[in-house]
Amino acid sequence: MSIIVENLSKHYGTQKAVDAISFEAKAGEVLGFLGPNGAGKSTTMKMLTCYIPPTSGTATVCGFSIIDKPLEVRKLIGYLPELNPLYTDMFVREYLRFMAQIHGLGKGANKRCEEMISNVGLTPEAHKKIGQLSKGYKQRVGLAQSMLHNPKVLILDEPTSGLDPNQIVDIRKLIKEIGRDRTVILSTHIMQEVQAMCDRVIIINQGKIVADDRTENLGKQGIEEFIIVVEFAKEINDNLLKKIAGVKSITALAGNQYKLICDTDIREQITKVAYENNMNLLGLNLEKQKLEDVFKTLTKKEQKDV
Amino acid sequence: MYSIFVKEIRSFLSSLIAYVVIIVFLLAIGLFMWVFPGYNLFDGGYANLDTLFNIAPWVFIFLISAITMRSFSEEKKSGTIELLTTKPLTDWQIVLAKYFASVVLVLFALIPTIIFYISVSKLANPAGNIDTGAIMGSYIGLFFLGAVYASIGIFASAVTDNQIVSFLVSMFLCFFLYQAFSLLSDFKLFGSYDRLVEWFSIETHYKNISVGVVDSRDVLYFISVIIIFLWGSKTVFGSRKW
Repeated sequence: MSIIVENLSKHYGTQKAVDAISFEAKAGEVLGFLGPNGAGKSTTMKMLTCYIPPTSGTATVCGFSIIDKPLEVRKLIGYLPELNPLYTDMFVREYLRFMAQIHGLGKGANKRCEEMISNVGLTPEAHKKIGQLSKGYKQRVGLAQSMLHNPKVLILDEPTSGLDPNQIVDIRKLIKEIGRDRTVILSTHIMQEVQAMCDRVIIINQGKIVADDRTENLGKQGIEEFIIVVEFAKEINDNLLKKIAGVKSITALAGNQYKLICDTDIREQITKVAYENNMNLLGLNLEKQKLEDVFKTLTKKEQKDV
Repeated sequence: MYSIFVKEIRSFLSSLIAYVVIIVFLLAIGLFMWVFPGYNLFDGGYANLDTLFNIAPWVFIFLISAITMRSFSEEKKSGTIELLTTKPLTDWQIVLAKYFASVVLVLFALIPTIIFYISVSKLANPAGNIDTGAIMGSYIGLFFLGAVYASIGIFASAVTDNQIVSFLVSMFLCFFLYQAFSLLSDFKLFGSYDRLVEWFSIETHYKNISVGVVDSRDVLYFISVIIIFLWGSKTVFGSRKW
């Protein structure tokens, strides 16, 4: 396990920004942190990178404790902070070389910098001052900086914010590639991003982990109802559908379509009813519960409990 | 640590701070030495650099505070401090790199004044009749004074994320340490402790060294003050973790 987090907490006065969270991450895994604003994603990342110490609990990165061995941990971690702070009066190459020197890359620094510049697609802008770059290019400089020293663990706080759709695809590819043999933790608000990049998702709400599962499993979690859309050739008597066990409600949509909300998957029964009553069935669709909905139910539920 | 040091020096050079500081320093000192009546060399009639060594501590109060005011304040404000502190660097390395970069800039400002020494030496009658020992001592004293001011400035910068506050705090502390103690002792309020109070002021030690006698006690005083302020900076800088 490259990252082991045990009961990590951060309290600001009485406010519990992060409340005793525990999780593990292994090499070759892209882990997505998901949560509403102020859920404690960034705070967790800041603790893992040894920027702020935890109030209680511990975490280890590749066997080094963030409390006792912060220097070793920092050597292993590549970090992109939330608002991507940069020295705006430095040139792109100058900045990357400076960061490479801090990591002790020595003579290989220049080569590695050029490599990263082309990897993140900075080549056309590499001769400029960082302050002159657009937001997307600045973000790439930040990303390049975080990956310079081939870190075993990459922690990215909202890596794709400010990028245009083409850039996002490129960067996602890059992150996936890196995630093949390393550990990547990233936070985001964008659900598609999680689905596109992450092997595993941790949903955090009010400092607590509310869900921790593989991305493909998560879609099945928290589902309480099935949504089925049926389309018939002609208008039908919806009372026939209402009779089916498990149907909670029916709404008529445009063009002889009906949306059924039910407790179980009743597609089989619908075809039966349609056949028996001579209704020509044109379409039958089970709407998949999306990650958005899971996110909504999980984070809203928590709020209600409080 | 070396890479941060180089980066700091480069940012002094690329942001014009270095040039402005050096030019303003030389201009101010040059005007007092050669132009302003009452201060200038020709009115004084003696072949020495007293004007330089009397005025420089006051000019340094402004200039060194200006050099150091941004070192931590700017990084805190722009958030780059988060980058730096999540790299494999200790707090000491960061503080010392920034400190030494400022000291080197002070040294850069001092070096061109050697021209003054050469000119005065040529003007002396007979030429070369100048107290080189005392001037060397004064240079060493002035360098130590600049080094102390720089440590005060770094401390002031570590305290706040506002550059103006940092500048003012630094100026006040520099002035206070330079002269306040010796002025205080002039009140003769402390009886036999007057000497002790006076001993705390930089001016006392600076004047001692200026005579040309580099006493280890004075050097020790300067180094202690530098260590105290750097240690203070490191503590304040590390307080983000409290």
